[in-house]
This record gives sequence, structure tokens and C-alpha cells, in this order.
Amino acid sequence: MNADCRPALTLRQDTVGALAAMQAVFARDMKVAFRQRQDLLNPLLFFVMVVTLFPLGVSPEVSFLREAGAGILWVAALLSVLLSLDHLFRHDFDDGTLEQLVLQPQPLFLLVLAKTAAHWVLTGLPLVVLTPVLGVMVHLDGNSIGVLCLTLLIGTPVLSLIGSIGAALTLGLRSAGVLLSLLIIPLYIPVLIFGTGTVASAAEGAPVGAYLALMGAFLVLALTLAPFASAAALRISLSNG
Amino acid sequence: MWQFFHKLGSPKWFFGISARLMPWLLAGGILLLMAGIVWGLAFAPKDYLQGNSYRIIFIHVPTAFLAQSVYVMMAVAAVVTLVWRMKLADVFVKSVAPVGLVLTFLSLFTGAVWGKPTWGTWWVWDARLTSMLILLFLYGGVIALDRAINDEKSAARAVSVLVLVGVVNIPIIQYSVEWWNTLHQPSTFKLTEKPSMPAEMWVPLLLSVLGLYLLFGWLACLRMQTEILLREQRTRWVKDYVLAGRG
Amino acid sequence: MAFDSFSAFMVMEGHGPYVWSCYAAFFLLMIGLMVWSLRRRKAAIEACRRGYEFQAGRNDQQAASASAASFNRVKVSQD
Repeated sequence: MNADCRPALTLRQDTVGALAAMQAVFARDMKVAFRQRQDLLNPLLFFVMVVTLFPLGVSPEVSFLREAGAGILWVAALLSVLLSLDHLFRHDFDDGTLEQLVLQPQPLFLLVLAKTAAHWVLTGLPLVVLTPVLGVMVHLDGNSIGVLCLTLLIGTPVLSLIGSIGAALTLGLRSAGVLLSLLIIPLYIPVLIFGTGTVASAAEGAPVGAYLALMGAFLVLALTLAPFASAAALRISLSNG
Repeated sequence: MWQFFHKLGSPKWFFGISARLMPWLLAGGILLLMAGIVWGLAFAPKDYLQGNSYRIIFIHVPTAFLAQSVYVMMAVAAVVTLVWRMKLADVFVKSVAPVGLVLTFLSLFTGAVWGKPTWGTWWVWDARLTSMLILLFLYGGVIALDRAINDEKSAARAVSVLVLVGVVNIPIIQYSVEWWNTLHQPSTFKLTEKPSMPAEMWVPLLLSVLGLYLLFGWLACLRMQTEILLREQRTRWVKDYVLAGRG
Repeated sequence: MAFDSFSAFMVMEGHGPYVWSCYAAFFLLMIGLMVWSLRRRKAAIEACRRGYEFQAGRNDQQAASASAASFNRVKVSQD
């Protein structure tokens, strides 16, 4: 990999507060990502392709697609987030940036949170933006598409947050990719169930406020707990040597 | 109290106490389990709704019950590993995870077979079956992560983090019955209420649950001893123990 | 006794195959788990013992070679 592709992380240790450090980590991750646009596009392409496979593989009938569309889009989004998780810490681990991050005086879980936020902005958010287009292609009605986007907006950060734990745990292991999906998919299931359940009840004309509140609770829970867990996991993986 | 706590952390002390406990655990476990199963199979009255197929309950409920509580025990041990770095706690997690996997599989298998005469299908995507399936994956993940990390200490701590993250799943299992009202009947045991079954049914059920608990205790002791022997083979007392076993 | 005869007990009014396959799987897997764990323990003890014997053998060899070396040196110095 080209060395000047990856700007060094510069945090002046004694003067920089936690918030400024988070901003610096976030900004650096964005900069790195935009210098390697291929990595940015991969999950999106994957998302589109998986969605394309369903009408081809199962049935192009409007009634089937309308019923299964939300589920297809959710599963595809989940898989493409899973696909992108490997990059979350891998490059920083390989070039030693991660060790620097761990050594910073600022709390590690905040820096991890910043990295996860950058990951979401780079993968989760584009997926949400792309969803209306694909939603039209699988014949979802307008209301359902709106609710689907809302659930993905709340749900994909949860996917990134939970995923960061798995990415940190499997860092530096040989069979990291397969292991990551084994560890993470079970934890994704509740989010998936409620994500698609919300859209299903919206399609029936039922109020979705309670479901969305529950998903919001998932998000708050993941926001408060996941950064601690992945920070702990990062320390363990780095001490693994 | 603290002395006891420190003793509990010593593999040598555990080895001695478990060796004394194990015969009792094995005998009691087999006795209670057999009593519960024979009573349940041959003597308990027929269920007026489900007929004789309900007799699967005498192994289905114990395995499901234990599969969940083993995970909770692992979570407690994981906290102990992370906070106090106690060797035995991490030996426990590592030794017990495969047992939990087998128990979870058994509860899923018996549940599926029970579903055939009762619901007419082998598999129903209802909340509790699904969350047991997720539990199976969680056990699989714990075992796989433990196998993948070579360094013993990092493996122990990484697995502990994973177990703690996964324990979030346990309340979802417990309350899923209330969340989704599906074909599955409500939980058989509730701690606060009297069971709705007649005594001739729940007493043998209780016996087999207790029996399986004891048997699990025996298995846990046995597998922990194995793990300790392998880890502590450079110590004096393990050498003495191994060489004494020959004569 | 909930059943009139042994054959009624085996058939369980048509539910026999389900009930008995469950119990078969349960006993098979539980006994398998117990036997496997017992054999693992035995194998661990065996591995430890072989390790100690190997160690002891190497110690003897080292001792032997050490004495041989000193013997040689004595010989050389005499020369």
C-alpha cells in the first residue's frame, strides 16, 4: 500500500481534549477512505448486487417482491456492513496506528467510537441513501420505503457498533473473516427482526412508533456498551502480539 | 470469605476438592436423572391435550434450562476473569462451552421432534426455538474464537468479552415469549408462580432438571481437571500427581 | 403405571418413535460427552507423563554428555 495514502495520526498529547481527539480520529479516517475510493464503493456494490440476485433467484413477481422486499434490503445491508467490517481496524493494525491510538491519554473507547462513527458514515449512511432506489426496484410503496429508510438509519449504526466488537476481537487472527461472521451474525439478529418487523407493520397500516422506539433503545444500548467492549477487545488483540 | 475466594483461585485446591466431590455428583446426577426419566416416561399421567408426546418434556426442559444457565454461569466466570484474572474462571469457560453446545443442540433437537406430533412440523420459527438457535451459534462462536487464538491469556480474555457481549442475548430469550405471541407454550417454570402442571408431572421434571445439573457439575469438574493438568504440567504438584497415578 | 402393557409403553399411542428418538439422542450424546471427557482426561495425564519421562531422559543424557566432556578435557590436558 502506498505510504502517503495514509496520513499519520497526529494528536498533541497534553493539549488535545477528548472531543478534539475524537474529531481528529474521525477526520483522519474520512481522509484515508476518500483516498481509497474502491474500498468505499465495495460495500455499496455488494448491496446492490445481493438485492439484484433475489428477483433473479426467487421470483420477479410484484407480490413476492413487495412482501419480501424489506427483508431482502435489510439482509443485504447487514451483509455489506459485515463485509466492510474487516477494514475497520485492519489497516491501522497493520501499520501500527492502532498501537498509537491505544497509547493516547484520551480514553480509548471514545477514539473507538469516533472510528466506528466514521465507519458508519462511510458504509451505513450510503446504504440508507441508496435504499429508496432499490426499494422502488422491489416494488415497495412509498410509505414502506420511508419507514425502511428510517429503520436502516437507526439500525445500521447498531450494526457498525456491534460489528466493531467482532472486528476488534478477530484482529490479527488467520481466519478472521469467517470467524467475524460467526461471532457477529447472532448478535445482529434482534436488530434484523425489529428492522423488518417495523416495515411489515407499516405495510399493514399499523403505527410504528413503538417499534422505532425499541430500535432506538437498541441504538442507545449499543452506543453505551459497544465502545467499551471493543476498546477492551482491542487492547487484548494488541497484547496478543 | 476472602481466604475462600483466594483458595478458589488456586488450581491445586480445586483439584483436591473436585476429586472428592465428583463421585457424589456423578452418582447423584445419574440417580436423580434416571428417577425423573423413569417416573416421567412410565408413571406420569398422559397429557390430555398432547397425549404421550409430551413425555419428551422430561429431557427437553432440563437441556434447555441448563443450556441457558450454563451460558449465564459462563458470563459470571467471564466477569471474574476480566476483573480478578482468576485462572479457574477462565478454565471454567473454556471447559464448559462444548458441554453447553451439546445441551443446546439437544434441546433444539428434542424441541423439533416434539413439534412434529404437536404442531405438525419439525421446525417452527417461533421466538424460543429461534433464540435457542442463536444460543447455539453463540456457543459455536465462543468455541471458535477460543480455538483461533493461540495465546492462552489473550484467548481467555477475548472469549470473556465475547461471552459478556453475548449474554445480552439471554434476556431476549427469556422475554421473547412475551414479545412475540406464537405457537410455543409459555415457559414451564416460573420462579414466582406455582407451576400449572399437576404434581405428578412437575415433580419428575424437577428431578431430571436437578439430576442434569449434578451431571453437568461432574462434567465441568472433569473437563476443568483436564484443562488444569495440561496448563499446570510444569508445576511440582501436577508432576507428583501424574507420577503417583502410575504406581 | 400409565400404560397397560410393555408394548403399549413402546408404542405410546403412535407417539413412540418421537419420544424414543429424543431419548435415544439424549442418552447417546450425553454418554458420548462423558466418555469423550473421560478419555481426554486420561490422554492429558498420559501426555504429561510422557513429557516428564522425556525430560528425565534428556536430563540423564545431559548428565552423561557433561561427564563425557569433562573426561575428554582431562584427557586433552594430559596430552
